[in-house]
Amino acid sequence: MSYKCVVLVKQVPDTKRITGQAMNADGTVNRAALPAIFNPEDLNALELALQIKDRFGGHVTVMTMGLPAASEVLRQALYRGADEAILITDRRCAASDTLATSYILSCAVRKRDYDIVLCGRQAIDGDTAQVGPQAAEKLGIAQITYVQELLDLEGDRITARRNIGNGWQEVRAKLPILLTVIDEANEPRVASARRLMKYKKARTPAELADKADAKALEEKGLLIQQWDLDFLEADLKWCGRDGSPTKVHRIQSVVLTAKETKNVEPTQPALNAMVHELIVDHTIG
Amino acid sequence: MIEVNTAGEVWVFAEQHAGMLEDTPMELMSKGRELADILKVPLAAVMLGDTCQEMVDCLAHYGADKVYLAEHPLLEHYQSTSYAKVIHDLIHKHKPQIVLYGATPCGRDLAPRVASAVKAGLTADCTDLQIGNHEVAKTGKVYENLLFQIRPAFGGNIIATIINFDRWPQMATVREGVMPMPEPDTHRKAKVVKEKVSLSQEDLALEILREQRQERKVNLKASRIIVAGGAGVGSRENFKQIWDLAHCLGGAPGATRAAVDLGFIDRDHQVGQTGTTVRPSLYIAAGISGAIQHQAGMSESQKIIAINNDPDAPIFNIAHYKILGDLNEVVPMMIKAIKEKA
Ligand SMILES: Cc1cc2nc3c(=O)[nH]c(=O)nc-3n(C[C@H](O)[C@H](O)[C@H](O)COP(=O)(O)OP(=O)(O)OC[C@H]3O[C@@H](n4cnc5c(N)ncnc54)[C@H](O)[C@@H]3O)c2cc1C
Ligand SMILES: Nc1ncnc2c1ncn2[C@@H]1O[C@H](COP(=O)(O)O)[C@@H](O)[C@H]1O
Repeated sequence: MSYKCVVLVKQVPDTKRITGQAMNADGTVNRAALPAIFNPEDLNALELALQIKDRFGGHVTVMTMGLPAASEVLRQALYRGADEAILITDRRCAASDTLATSYILSCAVRKRDYDIVLCGRQAIDGDTAQVGPQAAEKLGIAQITYVQELLDLEGDRITARRNIGNGWQEVRAKLPILLTVIDEANEPRVASARRLMKYKKARTPAELADKADAKALEEKGLLIQQWDLDFLEADLKWCGRDGSPTKVHRIQSVVLTAKETKNVEPTQPALNAMVHELIVDHTIG
Repeated sequence: MIEVNTAGEVWVFAEQHAGMLEDTPMELMSKGRELADILKVPLAAVMLGDTCQEMVDCLAHYGADKVYLAEHPLLEHYQSTSYAKVIHDLIHKHKPQIVLYGATPCGRDLAPRVASAVKAGLTADCTDLQIGNHEVAKTGKVYENLLFQIRPAFGGNIIATIINFDRWPQMATVREGVMPMPEPDTHRKAKVVKEKVSLSQEDLALEILREQRQERKVNLKASRIIVAGGAGVGSRENFKQIWDLAHCLGGAPGATRAAVDLGFIDRDHQVGQTGTTVRPSLYIAAGISGAIQHQAGMSESQKIIAINNDPDAPIFNIAHYKILGDLNEVVPMMIKAIKEKA
């Protein structure tokens, strides 16, 4: 039996490399100053899907919801072996929280036949780990979170080992299922040189200036599909700002440039002042 | 979702496995108590399981006014689908205004599933919760007594305060170890509300084949604050200062390999290349030289305070706060400073 996998991947700012310049004066993040990368654990999700395809045969579709620039992660997925890539982009997706995001992604997944949906455990920009389980609920399927090893796939049964923090658990479930994958699961493969040569010119319509270019790319099989909310037949009530129950009340910056060392005298008043400073900037308290 | 219901209760999900309560519900109970008192509503624990009666008293001792008890043989083992179904139904029935979960692997598996089913908001991994008002800039409308869900984002570079003013309940998962454990009051009693559960085998999506849980001595990774001691602490007895400082900050004690090898503390606490890699908001290094193998496990900490009596100790090169002095004097003074602020 072969398996159809859909992998949900996200382009994220490389939060490990945030420096002073990456923060605006008002404490918001200057996304433009941050390198954008393939969310690390989504690479583990993709790798697991590719391994399933290698072992049992099947098809791997990669989807991302984001700005046209997010097409880059789709190309990266194509270089590694994905069969199909889809960009979900629409102005009306803006300001979606995890609930709206998972709703939109579930509408997209429904457009494809699938046995297994794979997500990373969490995206490093928000570290929420919510989109996977929420998408599973919206799709009406079960979930296995924190997958550290796929033990078996047989017919419509999957057996996996999940990390439960202070130990592990082996579970079996019926397909279709959604998995969230952790970094221990595998070592993601690198891009294949042959596929890189082939797909480096692949583009989404949003990245093209000219409609005519799209036609030419399509003929070469290099046009990456692009879906909007109309195509998804999504109910706008559940998308974007309107579909997002959570709102931001306030954002505060906590960046202290690493090399800025303060000398603190080993005296009670000096230590009191230090503790006060740490309470004020939310480090403690 | 449910309507805004300012008379709604504050709920804490009482995570238990095999009849053992986790620490997080107790930690959440101290915060939940505070929130419920400000809102002048009851604090309730919600417990699902097979036979849970024995744990009810414990929840009362830690601050619950009420315990919703959903007992059913099919709830013996935690599973996302069955647990989410029961909690979803309870939310619709009782309309709480706030529901809190520990940000444990179980809580992070369950809460989003519930949030999606209820179509309510959920903020992950909060490190603080407060009650406050929010004014909508455009309309000037003020929403009073909302739950401020405070969490680090962008790899800990910003602190965001999230609210949820129209689609309730207001739900959050709260990072382990950030809320202090309250002192139990063994005289407290809670009202027990037994809930009828209707579940069938179909509600169990997973077959749990095998499971292994180790008794976890310390969870350094989940700690927002780590107080680590090195060989400079001198003895196992003296290491008590490190524990004390960690305790009053709601943090976890860490150690260097040298301290572990000298028998000052168990290996579970070792930070570094061959120990745990941590990225807390605050790392206090006391009597630690700062060898590269130790730095490998903690240099990504957001803030580092180093206490050392050697001005040339390499740890000072990566510290944000440099305290040149004897840890035996500095640590007690820090404890005093923190206790007096609190
Ligand atoms: C392969 C390998 C892997 C390793 N992995 C790890 C690892 O994972 N984690 C790890 O920690 N180490 C690791 N090490 C060991 C590492 O190299 C260091 O030996 C170790 O970190 C030193 O620990 P320390 O700072 O506690 O001790 P020391 O280097 O002995 O430093 C003690 C410090 O305490 C100060 N001090 C003494 N008395 C006082 C006082 N009263 N007040 C204030 N300061 C005082 C001293 O000035 C000194 O700086 C590894 C080594 C190897 C070779
Ligand atoms: N915009 C998105 N597009 C596609 N997948 C996403 C998106 N956001 C989140 N995901 C998936 O959901 C996982 C968890 O994300 P998060 O809940 O943001 O931590 C990620 O690892 C992705 O697999």
